[in-house]
Amino acid sequence: MPRLFTACLLAGLALTAPMAGSAQAQTLRFGLMEDPDALDPTLARTFAGRMVFAALCDKLVDIGPDLKPVPQLATAWSWSDDQKTLTLTLRPGVRFHDGEPMNAAAVKYSLERHLKMPGSQRRGEISPIDAVEAVDDTTVKISLKTPFAPLLAQFTDRSGMIVSPKAAERLGDKFATAPVCAGPYKFVERVPQDRIVVERFDDYWNKDAIQIKRIEFRPIPDTTVRLTNLRAGQLDLIERLAPTDLAQVKRDPKLKVGQAYELGFSGVVFNTAREGSPVADPRVRAAFEAAIDRNAITQVVYNGEYLAGNQWVSPKNPNYVTEYPVPKRDVAKAKGLLKEAGIEKPSITMMLYANNDAPQVGQVIQAMTREAGFDVKLQATDFTTSLDQADKGNFEAYLYNWSGRPDPDGNTFSFLACKTPLNYSRYCNPEADSAMNASRLTTDAGERKAAWKRLADRVLTDKPLVYLFHRKLLWAYSQKLSGFGEYPDGLVRFTGLKLD
Amino acid sequence: MLRFLARRLALAVPTLIIASMIIFALQQLLPGDTATALSGEERDPEVIAFIRAKYHLDRSLPVRYAYWAGGVLQGDLGESIRLQKPVLELVREKLPVTLELACLAMLVALVIGVPMGILSAVRPGTWIDGLANGVALWGLSVPNFWLGILMILLFSVQLGWLPASGYVPPGESLTENLRSMAMPAFVLGNAIAAVMMRHTRAAMLGVLQSDYVRTARAKGVPTARVVLRHALPNAAIPIITLGALEFGQLLSGAVLTEQVFSVPGFGKLMVDAVFNRDFATVQGVVICTATTYILLNLAADLASALVNPKLRRA
Repeated sequence: MPRLFTACLLAGLALTAPMAGSAQAQTLRFGLMEDPDALDPTLARTFAGRMVFAALCDKLVDIGPDLKPVPQLATAWSWSDDQKTLTLTLRPGVRFHDGEPMNAAAVKYSLERHLKMPGSQRRGEISPIDAVEAVDDTTVKISLKTPFAPLLAQFTDRSGMIVSPKAAERLGDKFATAPVCAGPYKFVERVPQDRIVVERFDDYWNKDAIQIKRIEFRPIPDTTVRLTNLRAGQLDLIERLAPTDLAQVKRDPKLKVGQAYELGFSGVVFNTAREGSPVADPRVRAAFEAAIDRNAITQVVYNGEYLAGNQWVSPKNPNYVTEYPVPKRDVAKAKGLLKEAGIEKPSITMMLYANNDAPQVGQVIQAMTREAGFDVKLQATDFTTSLDQADKGNFEAYLYNWSGRPDPDGNTFSFLACKTPLNYSRYCNPEADSAMNASRLTTDAGERKAAWKRLADRVLTDKPLVYLFHRKLLWAYSQKLSGFGEYPDGLVRFTGLKLD
Repeated sequence: MLRFLARRLALAVPTLIIASMIIFALQQLLPGDTATALSGEERDPEVIAFIRAKYHLDRSLPVRYAYWAGGVLQGDLGESIRLQKPVLELVREKLPVTLELACLAMLVALVIGVPMGILSAVRPGTWIDGLANGVALWGLSVPNFWLGILMILLFSVQLGWLPASGYVPPGESLTENLRSMAMPAFVLGNAIAAVMMRHTRAAMLGVLQSDYVRTARAKGVPTARVVLRHALPNAAIPIITLGALEFGQLLSGAVLTEQVFSVPGFGKLMVDAVFNRDFATVQGVVICTATTYILLNLAADLASALVNPKLRRA
């Protein structure tokens, strides 16, 4: 018996001996908040999936930290005078992971796949495309049905990802099981809900800038657990750190923090078509906004890390309409508006996600609006339920967030134009529609800015949606990692990253 | 004995059919469907319609059940819409992980719970009894999530002895596998050990006061032999039944523990599937869990019959 005990003890000690680190050094272990969905640029829809695509699939154009398009697979682009043709010049000599050439024919194939494949999530993003023509090996001409200024911005995301036609033909709708693109890393394996592994692609066009050999993406949904793994050295990089954990990470000498304001927004969507509800009256919505102190929300719930805002883009975005700064809280004004509307004690049910922070935001709003006479009831649901209720119009107010797109069109059109899929507020206004259409028709920065001003004139008065704040994207990473860039689209650029 | 076995196995079939129907119907009560969950942020109406048509979500409930049941009869559990993988393959991937974790947790529970229960029953009212009861109270009242995080902070962050998360298949490296399973198995086993201890103690106390044990003692049989040879087999029946039930629970996935230690088992699969309305996956996991549950109960009955011959005639 004592001998058995000793043997067990020795075995236990052997088990607890620290792991040998050499094989780990060249692998970046990246903790994601969710398990990505299908790794097919045409079908994909999750934010976590985009993190993986940043390694696997290069895009026609990328965006810089200043939101301007920069070359990736396309090195140059130009618009025709009538704004209906975009000509792209492709980078010569680029290969896909399977050795096939990335040329004009492949671009034509990929864009047509995005447009025609059943179930494509990209069709809506680039639907104004009429035809794609491969002029020669490195020139692509894209003709549009109508001018569509946000097109280039769409190409900075999955719509601009080019897949190997040979692999796509062979795998069909199973492309996600072994994706083949032209990015810096090629696909190795995927164990659902455990890991996705990619490996450096030796024929990458910019291979000298790629230092790390392998990347292991590991989905760990719980924020505390993800951070604990980083602190234990089990991960090298994590995304979507909770703002409340920021102080703790900053105190840890072994960790570093990356941050950027998101492109999206968080706000309250009102169902303006809800019969018999106080929120159908624009004065009640205006009173609701006047009763809220946006800075108090970001201070109380997010330690002041998030940015108060009142528009579809943040006050730090170059496209922010400066004529409409973030309004201050004004309870007297709110009470006056309610009196004018003849509903002095409106009762409103607000739907929100049952996650870590949304219920807290709801409670702060509840407390602030109560002072103006509102009785806000909170209804916490899971994500899918909230979407279902929003689709059916079974709600009065909905605390919602949108991850954002580089072009403001992606933050406005689908929410505010008549009968668009994300228009949960059932808002429909000819002036707003005309302003949004005008911004699509021209690539001229000045004219587009004027169009957004016109949109703000309308929407910030009608308030189908009260914008509240803009989240900050937070990353935490080991100090062994260097060359980390902060981009507002929330994606990590693996180019230039180094792990010692 | 064989007839007993055959009858029990035959009963399992209608049980499984009814279970699958109930789960299928219950899932329909959730608002929204897979198309709602999977249409993405853009929510393109064409995509929603396409997903609904592709997976027959636009058909009536009985028709959809018939589609699913027809597949099962041909050995096809359907496809996970979210992960785009056959459910059977997912089950094959996750089942060994969950099974291993369940076995290790059970081992921890048995090694801690049963001896402690016996000791406290043999010496009731002493400091050993008090200690055992204290440990049981701790095991029952400490939340898994909290204990898990604390263990990671101590053993991974502070001491660096054990990996904080991740799973290494035993085929790759048995040592690494056991290292990655040590903390989750302890956290899970710790809670069950408490229940085990309480049950063992109660059962042993009852048996130790019975006439035949008193007779054995009067005949001068040594205490150790009285306890282990005469009393334990009779006290073992409730422990075996409890063990089988707890084991079955473990097999349906330990959601929180899997979450904390990122163990890729059934629990994570199931929770994700429910949130994404991935009905085929939920059905598949439920069927597998129900099957193992039934088999385990059967095994527990057989084991009880083995330790107690009286039960063989039942």
